[in-house]
Amino acid sequence: HGILWGLIYCERLESTGAACVFVVRRDQDIYMETLRKLFNESHGIFVGLQRCEEERAARARNAQLVQVSKNYRSVIRACMEDMHQAASKSPFVLSVLFVSILSAMELIWNLCEILFVEAAPAGPLLLRLLDWVQLHICDVDNMVREVLSSENPSKHKLFWNVVDIFVLQGRMDEARHLLSKEAIANPTSMKMYKILDDLMKKMPLGNTQTLTEMELKWQHWHEECQRYLQDGTFASNSHMESICKILLGDENAILEKKELMTTWYHFLVTRLLYSHPTVKPMELRFYAQSSMDMFLGEESSPEPLDTILMAAFEFELHQVIKECSVALSNWWFVAHLTDLLDHCKLLQSHNLYFGSNMREFLLLEYASGLFSHHSLWQLGVDYFDHCPEYGRVYLELHIERIPLNTEQKALKVLRICEQRQMHEQVRSICKIMAMKALRNNRLGSALSWSIRAKDAAFATLISDRFLKDYCERGCFSDLDLIDNLGPSMLLSDRLTFLGKYREFHRLYGEKRFSEAARLLLMLMTAHIAPCSFWMTLLTDALPLLEQKEVIFSAEQTYELMRCLEDLTAGKLDRQKFQDDDVETMKVEMLRLALARNLARVIVKEGTLEGS
Amino acid sequence: MEEVCARFVSQKISKARWRPLPGAALQPPDLFATGSWDNEDNRVSVWSVGDAGSAGLNGEYQGEPQLLCDIRHDGDVMDMQFLDQERIVVASSTGSVTVFRHHQNNQTLSANHRWENAHYHADQYTACGGAACTGVICNNPEIVTVGEDGRINLFRADQKEAVRTIDNADSSTLHAVTFLRTTEILTVNSIGQLKIWDFRQQRNEPAQIFSLTGDRVPLHCVDRHPSQQHIVATGGQDGMLSIWDIRQGTMPVSLLNAHEAEMWEVHFHPSNPDHLFTCSEDGSLWHWDTSTDVSEKPSFLHQGGRSTAYISHSTINQSVVSAWLSNDPTKDRMEITNLIPNQTLSVNTLDVLGPCLVYGTDAEAIYVNRQLFA
Repeated sequence: HGILWGLIYCERLESTGAACVFVVRRDQDIYMETLRKLFNESHGIFVGLQRCEEERAARARNAQLVQVSKNYRSVIRACMEDMHQAASKSPFVLSVLFVSILSAMELIWNLCEILFVEAAPAGPLLLRLLDWVQLHICDVDNMVREVLSSENPSKHKLFWNVVDIFVLQGRMDEARHLLSKEAIANPTSMKMYKILDDLMKKMPLGNTQTLTEMELKWQHWHEECQRYLQDGTFASNSHMESICKILLGDENAILEKKELMTTWYHFLVTRLLYSHPTVKPMELRFYAQSSMDMFLGEESSPEPLDTILMAAFEFELHQVIKECSVALSNWWFVAHLTDLLDHCKLLQSHNLYFGSNMREFLLLEYASGLFSHHSLWQLGVDYFDHCPEYGRVYLELHIERIPLNTEQKALKVLRICEQRQMHEQVRSICKIMAMKALRNNRLGSALSWSIRAKDAAFATLISDRFLKDYCERGCFSDLDLIDNLGPSMLLSDRLTFLGKYREFHRLYGEKRFSEAARLLLMLMTAHIAPCSFWMTLLTDALPLLEQKEVIFSAEQTYELMRCLEDLTAGKLDRQKFQDDDVETMKVEMLRLALARNLARVIVKEGTLEGS
Repeated sequence: MEEVCARFVSQKISKARWRPLPGAALQPPDLFATGSWDNEDNRVSVWSVGDAGSAGLNGEYQGEPQLLCDIRHDGDVMDMQFLDQERIVVASSTGSVTVFRHHQNNQTLSANHRWENAHYHADQYTACGGAACTGVICNNPEIVTVGEDGRINLFRADQKEAVRTIDNADSSTLHAVTFLRTTEILTVNSIGQLKIWDFRQQRNEPAQIFSLTGDRVPLHCVDRHPSQQHIVATGGQDGMLSIWDIRQGTMPVSLLNAHEAEMWEVHFHPSNPDHLFTCSEDGSLWHWDTSTDVSEKPSFLHQGGRSTAYISHSTINQSVVSAWLSNDPTKDRMEITNLIPNQTLSVNTLDVLGPCLVYGTDAEAIYVNRQLFA
C-alpha cells in the first residue's frame, strides 16, 4: 500500500493558512481503484513514449511530446473526475484532499508543459498562460452561471464581479457580451459602453502577427486607452473606470480585484496581459517574483505549491522536481514528469553521486513502489526496462520476491524473465515450481518445469522417483508421460534410461523378445542404466532367459554374466553378506539361469552351423 | 475496427465471456461477464454494452461497457462459462468451482452452489499448497472441470456430489477442457498432449492420446470446430497454433507459428468457423481468416449459418474440405490480422459471438468491438 500512502502523505498545497500534514492509517479501496486506473493508463503512455519513433524534424518532435504531455494531463483529469464521483458516494473526508492534490498536480504539469515541453515563445506564451489560468480557476463558472441565468443579469449583485473576472482573464468577447446587457438596461451609460466596448474589441491579442507588429499595435492601443481615461470618459461609472484602469495595466486597480483572482499567479498573468503581452519566457521570473510579493503582501508566506510554481517560472527544472518530490512524496508525478522532460532533452546529465541520473532514480523509486503492490508489479517491469543503468538489477531482485500462488502466475513471471535473458531467475523459479509439483506427486508437472529450465539435475531427480516407484510397486505410474517423452528424453541420462527402460517393457509386452533383449543388454553395457538399477535389470532378464525359445545369444550371455560379476564383485567389497537372503537367492538364480542359457545357446549355435 | 470501446476497470481481467444468445436470436449479444485475478479481493462482474441501436449512425459513441453488478470471488478466476442465460460457472485458483446466478430483476449476483474441493492435491497433509481448477466447460446441466491436480470432474448443476471423478487422469497439469461430443471431452496438459476422454467408458484411461511432435511444449487452450467436429485447434506455451484432425494420426496436421509467448485462448467463431481468434501473453490478439475470396464463392455459400462447405479451388470432387486442414498454404489464402495496435501487457482472454468481440488484459482494461466483420 506504499503507493497510496505516498500519494496522500503530504502537506496541503492550498494556501489556506498553516500547512498541515495528513497521515492516513487505512487505505480506502475506492481510492485505490481510481489510482490503479491512473497507474495503468499512465503506464501505457510511458511505454508508448519510450517506444515511439523519434520524429526527425524539431517541430514534429515538439508536437509529439506536447501530445504525450496532454495525454498525461487528461489521465490526471480523468482520475480527478473518478475521485470526485467516488467521493460523492462515500462521505470520507479524504476525497477533498485527493481531488485537490490531483488538481495541483495538473496545474503544475500544465505549466511545465507550456514552459518546458512546448517551450512557447513570446507571443503565444501569454496566450497559453491565459488558457492555463482560465482552466484552473473554476470558481468563476458557478458565478457566471448564476448571473447569466438570472432574470435581469445586469441587476445581479455579482454582475460586475463577473465582468471583472472576464476582463482579468482576457475573455474579451464574454465581457463585452455581458456589458451589452448593462448598456441595454441602462441607456444613459450607452455612450460610455460603446467606447469601452470598442476598446475591448480592438485589444490586440497576438497570435498571427509578428512580435514587432504586435508590440506596435499594442502600444497604439494602450495610448488610446490612456487618453480616454485621462479625459474622464468613465468618471461617472466607477466600475467601467476600474475596467479601463485594468486594461491599462494599473497594478493597484488589478490588485483591488484580489478576491476574484484568488492566486498570485492569476495576478501575474493578468499583469502581463495588460502591461507586457509580448513577455519573453526568460523574463517571466522577474514578474513572477514581484507578483507573488505584491499579492501575498506581508501576512502570508508562500505555500509549497507556490514555491514549485515559482521555480517553474524561474526555469529551474531541477528545483521544480526536487520541490515536487518533497511536497508530494509521490513518485508517480515526478517520475513521469521527469521522464518527459528528459525526452525533451532538458535535463543535463546531472549525475547524482551514486551513478544514475535523476530520471532513472525517480523511475526506479516509482517502479519499486509498484512492486510492493500485489497486482501492479507487472507495470513495474516496463519501467525497470527503461532504466539503462540499474533497471535490470532492480528487476532481478524484485522479481524473485513475487509470490507464485498459481502455475499461471509463475508462467507469466517466467516469461518476463526469459524475455530478458534472466537465466538465474528462470532456473530458480522453475526449481521452486518443480519441487512443489514433486511434493504433490505431480511428476508430469515437475518434469514439465525441468524441461522449461533445461534443468538436467532435476530431470534426473524425477526419473529416480519414477524408478523408485517402479521398484516399489512393480509397475510404472504415469505411463502417459513416460511413453511420450519425445526429445525431452535427452535432457538427462536418467531420463533417457527411464524412457528406454519403459520401451523395454513395451517390447516385452508386445512379445518382441529379441529386440527387448538387445535393448536390455545395451542399457547395461552402454552404461545408460545407473549401477543401482542393474540388479533390477538382470532380474528382468530372468524371464527372457527362462523362455522356451533361446533369446540371448552366446555373446549376449557372456555379456550378462560379466555384468553380474561386476555387480557382485562391487558388492562383495562393501556389503559382505549383509544382504538379505532374497538378494543372495536372486544372484544364485541368475547364475543358474545364465548357465542354463549358455548351455542351450552353445548347442543351438553349434547346431545351426551344421544345417 | 474503429468501433473498439475500452474501459479501465482497476482489476486484471483473467476471463471474459459473452452471455449466450437464446435460440435463434438474431441480435448481437449485449451482456458479458468477467473475472479478475491477482487481487486480494477478486471479483466476478457482469457488464452490459448498451443496445446495438441504430446501425446506421456512425461515430455515435455507444459508450463503454457499464457495470451491472459484481460479487466477491475467493481466489483467482481461472476459467468461466455460462451454464445458461442466468448461471455462470467459475473455476477458482483455490480449487473450488462455484455456480453464480445473475438475477436480472434487481441486477445482483449470488453464489448458487459451490463444490468446495473439486481440485486438491491427494495427500492433504504433505500437500504443498492447493490445486487450482484450471478449466471448466458446460453443457447444461453437465459441468466438467479439470485442474492442476490432474483430476477430471463431471458435475451436474443440481447435484451436490460429483457424478464422476477421474483421479490422477494426468500426471501433469490439465490446462483446458472442451466438449468433443456430448459424452466426450478433450483435454490438454503441460506435457504437450491432447487427450480424448469418453465418459461412457468406465475405465479411467483416455480413449486416445495425441502428442505434439518435437518438444513437448505445454498446451494451454483448446477449441473444437463448431460444425466439423474432427477439427481441433490448440495453443501452446511457445505461442504456436496447432490444428489437429482427430480422425487420423496422433500428430497435428498443421503448426502455425503465431505468437511470441503463451497463447492463452483460442476460439473458432461459433457461426463463422472460417474465422479463428487467438490471444497471447505477448499482448496481441490475432484474427485468422481462411474464408476465401468472395468473388470465387457463390453467394449462398458465404459465411454464416451452419454450412461451411464450399468447393476448393483445385478439385471439384472434394466436397467438404476445410481450409484449416489444407496442407498447402499457397492454395488457400489465410489472412492474419493483429487487432491490437499498441500492445503492452498480456491479453488473457477473449470471446466472440456474432459480430461482437470482447477481450481483457493485464493492463486492467476490457475492450469491446461490436463490428467485427464490418
